[in-house]
Amino acid sequence: MSILSKFAPLRQTYDQLRSVGQNPFEMVFEGMLSSTEGMYRGRKTILLGTNNYLGLTFDEACIEESVAAVRAHGTGTTGSRIANGSYGTHRTLEKSLAQFFNREHCMVFSTGYQANLGMLSTLAGKGDYLLLDSDSHASIYDGARLGHAEVVRFRHNDPDDLHKRLKRLANEPGQKLVVVEGIYSMLGDVAPLREFAEVKREMGAWLMVDEAHSLGVLGANGRGLAEEAGVEADCDFIVGTFSKSLGSVGGFCVSNVEDFDILRVACRPYMFTASLPPSVMASTIMALRRMQEEPQRRKRLHENAERLYYGLRNLGFAVGPQCSPIVSVAVADAPLAVEFWNRLLEGGLYLNLALPPATPTPAPLLRSSISAVHTPAQIDRAVQLFEAVGRQLGVLPPLVNTATRKRVSTPISAPPLAEVAMLASGGIR
Amino acid sequence: MTETVRDTQAQIIESLRKLLKKPMPLGPTTNIVKDLQLDSLAVMDFIMSLEDQFEIVIPLDRVAEVETLGDLALVVDELRGRK
Repeated sequence: MSILSKFAPLRQTYDQLRSVGQNPFEMVFEGMLSSTEGMYRGRKTILLGTNNYLGLTFDEACIEESVAAVRAHGTGTTGSRIANGSYGTHRTLEKSLAQFFNREHCMVFSTGYQANLGMLSTLAGKGDYLLLDSDSHASIYDGARLGHAEVVRFRHNDPDDLHKRLKRLANEPGQKLVVVEGIYSMLGDVAPLREFAEVKREMGAWLMVDEAHSLGVLGANGRGLAEEAGVEADCDFIVGTFSKSLGSVGGFCVSNVEDFDILRVACRPYMFTASLPPSVMASTIMALRRMQEEPQRRKRLHENAERLYYGLRNLGFAVGPQCSPIVSVAVADAPLAVEFWNRLLEGGLYLNLALPPATPTPAPLLRSSISAVHTPAQIDRAVQLFEAVGRQLGVLPPLVNTATRKRVSTPISAPPLAEVAMLASGGIR
Repeated sequence: MTETVRDTQAQIIESLRKLLKKPMPLGPTTNIVKDLQLDSLAVMDFIMSLEDQFEIVIPLDRVAEVETLGDLALVVDELRGRK
């Protein structure tokens, strides 16, 4: 028996997936033509699943900064900041982010995943409580798992349910840290943050908001949901990523909490990994500037999101509960979703296929993320393709809206309960 | 098995019967994942409903220990006792 035998059921599912056509989890593009088009198997393919919200990956100024940095400082830092030291660029990036968010402190991480891993596992220690939205991204669940706090879930986007659970913990001595996301990566729904902030204030808890999908997307200045909801003062910690709106890779946490910098020598996912390379930081700093200089990108992003969301919804597709740059279509079951995804790809459209348990309900999702730089023609082409494939496969006329969170009776899989306990809305990073 | 654990278990089984679409034998040795044919999301929903029913908080690491309805009753009973 192999040490990998335990993955036999996963192997079976995976092989079934591959047998239908292209492998949705091993896509290899021959080249990127722009922020919205790539070459796949010799043909131009519209990219509608890249989280490239502001379309800054090919921004000339960002590229120039990156090239200059790699020439000046080399290709990598070859180690961690506590061992090898920081470059001036690390400090500049942290200062730029702190200034942008109007916060005292900032720490950058090598990925957004690591930002959550680091902050959750370090902030909440033994005897403390982490209260997680049940649809949290895998990085949040994994951060909780890495630390030693008690982990409690509350119902998705339900401040009353959070209140109830905090009340039950009122006599427990530990600190309570509530974690929510600005925009949820699977359905694109937004947290009722004002209400969560009220609960947090009343119950004396701490609040962390993951703005991975809302940085550059929400708020008058693009600072995310906390800005849009007008509750930045209540959000003790904001975490986020550079790999979406800012078009590079890396993660961060900003805060006004006193003595925040002690985390630099306590937070293991920060301390024991190689720091970001100069070229990545340089483009990120410029992207942050571009984002602020060009608020029209955000306006176009929302116009594009509406074009796609309502285009699909009006056809009768089961889209998420609200319009955002993440537009997901739920289909009945995995084989149908895989077939649908393959046909879209054959038609020249790439997006994400999300299968349970990475989805908030047992319904598989065809997940799109729109960009400010998609053209109306590209979006219309996507909607047309969806319609054509939807009719071919009998998905149209409409299914039940995912907002009803309908359950299907057939179990998708039966993982051991230990895995169920750590069930994460796998999400997209 | 103590009186309170027996009582907790009976209440859990009663709640579960309402949730399950078809009748099936339920007892302390029933394996929650393998025997009940519930998907993982339904299991987590059920755990959350038990938290409300018993006015307790069941941390995820405690859920990870559980395999059978009997295990679940022990955990719930212990957490009830802490109130």
